[in-house]
Amino acid sequence: MSVDVPAALSRLAVRLAGKGARAAEAQRLTGGASMETWAFAIEGPKGREEMILRRRSGPFDPENSRSTSLAAEAALISAVRAKGAPAPPLVHLCDEADGLGEAHVTRRVAGETLGRRINTDPKFDAVRPLLARQCGEVLARIHSVSPPAQAHLKTADAAVELDRYEEAYRTSGAERPVLELAFRHLRDHLPEARRPVLLHGDFRNGNLIVDPEKGLAAVLDWELSHLGDPAEDLGWICVNSWRFGRPDRPVGGFGDYEDLLAGYESAGGEPVPLGRVRYWQALGSLKWGVMCLMMYSSWATGAEASVERPMIGRRVSETEIDLLNILEAGL
Amino acid sequence: MITHPKPEELTEAVGRWIEQVRPQLDPRNQFLARVAANALAAVTRELTLGDQAQAAAVERLEAILGHGGNYRGLNWELCEKLRAGEMGVATPGLLATLRGNVLDQLAIDQPSYKYEGP
Repeated sequence: MSVDVPAALSRLAVRLAGKGARAAEAQRLTGGASMETWAFAIEGPKGREEMILRRRSGPFDPENSRSTSLAAEAALISAVRAKGAPAPPLVHLCDEADGLGEAHVTRRVAGETLGRRINTDPKFDAVRPLLARQCGEVLARIHSVSPPAQAHLKTADAAVELDRYEEAYRTSGAERPVLELAFRHLRDHLPEARRPVLLHGDFRNGNLIVDPEKGLAAVLDWELSHLGDPAEDLGWICVNSWRFGRPDRPVGGFGDYEDLLAGYESAGGEPVPLGRVRYWQALGSLKWGVMCLMMYSSWATGAEASVERPMIGRRVSETEIDLLNILEAGL
Repeated sequence: MITHPKPEELTEAVGRWIEQVRPQLDPRNQFLARVAANALAAVTRELTLGDQAQAAAVERLEAILGHGGNYRGLNWELCEKLRAGEMGVATPGLLATLRGNVLDQLAIDQPSYKYEGP
């Protein structure tokens, strides 16, 4: 499926901003293999606006995919914004006339998304200490949203996640003792069931836009949203793989557990014990380890050709050392 | 094996060339070129450290399992025991064994990775 995205964006610019409008500076940003993200600007009679296009470039199987459709993502963005959680405002859900396939356009929110810069650039020194608390507040708001019915979100608790990822691990054929230990240990220590809430599903440093003056400005990438344990989102942002060189700051490499949980409670979230967050952090490292194996497999089977895919298989060992650290500290 | 050049010198040379041309590429290919250079660097480390790491892993696996064997067989046996719950976090020496093996692997895969530590 070959689409001339810049040309299609120019036609879309006319549709959105009127005759004479055009799309400028369309550029594909570094992104996943099945989902493309493009930055562009619409220059029209009313001025210039920075936009982001998200479009699916690979096949999509809504039954078996962990991801939602982009239409569902669009519905979610609007629902969470209504509850005061910052997501980039939706501008347009694409249809057939746009010739872009499954896609949507949001406004581009100013700020930094690169985790390493957020964690080390002096520009963010002033807001960095606020971020963990802001993340907690935003997660509490997201978790309070009634999921939009048209989004058809799936529900998954820890047992379901362990089943899914253990199956993927077995299918990969890899033999990794630390992953075996983690699967067994996490299965033997399942947290008590609790009422599922709306989760972002990929809430981590890298999917946050941080403004050097205000701090957390927007949360991106809603495609893994589902219903589940609130501690899943809280634990995911603590996974060491996205602390970007700052393992001493457990929340995203910028903050502490206490601030995350205090922010969560202050915005109306039901208190979550740290142990439950650590459990999901461990499950998060385990999931990321299996995802790395899956990405390697997608190259090994010929489904994906990018050099990025096999190399990501070499990131499994990072999740193994992180898992050992959590298991040694005790769960 | 021949030594003029050694395989790790070839991977190193190609990796350096990628770094040289990388700035001339478009952003997407700059990213992929960096991944490619990282891949060659990992291969270079495996060529220089791999044999030693595997020998050390076999030694640790033999000690925890109580008998000799080759890497593949010992590693598989440990996986089976962990999966069955016959060994776990409470098994004396297990976590230290796993840590030793994982740290040697990490030194090949991603030596700059910063993990939680004392």
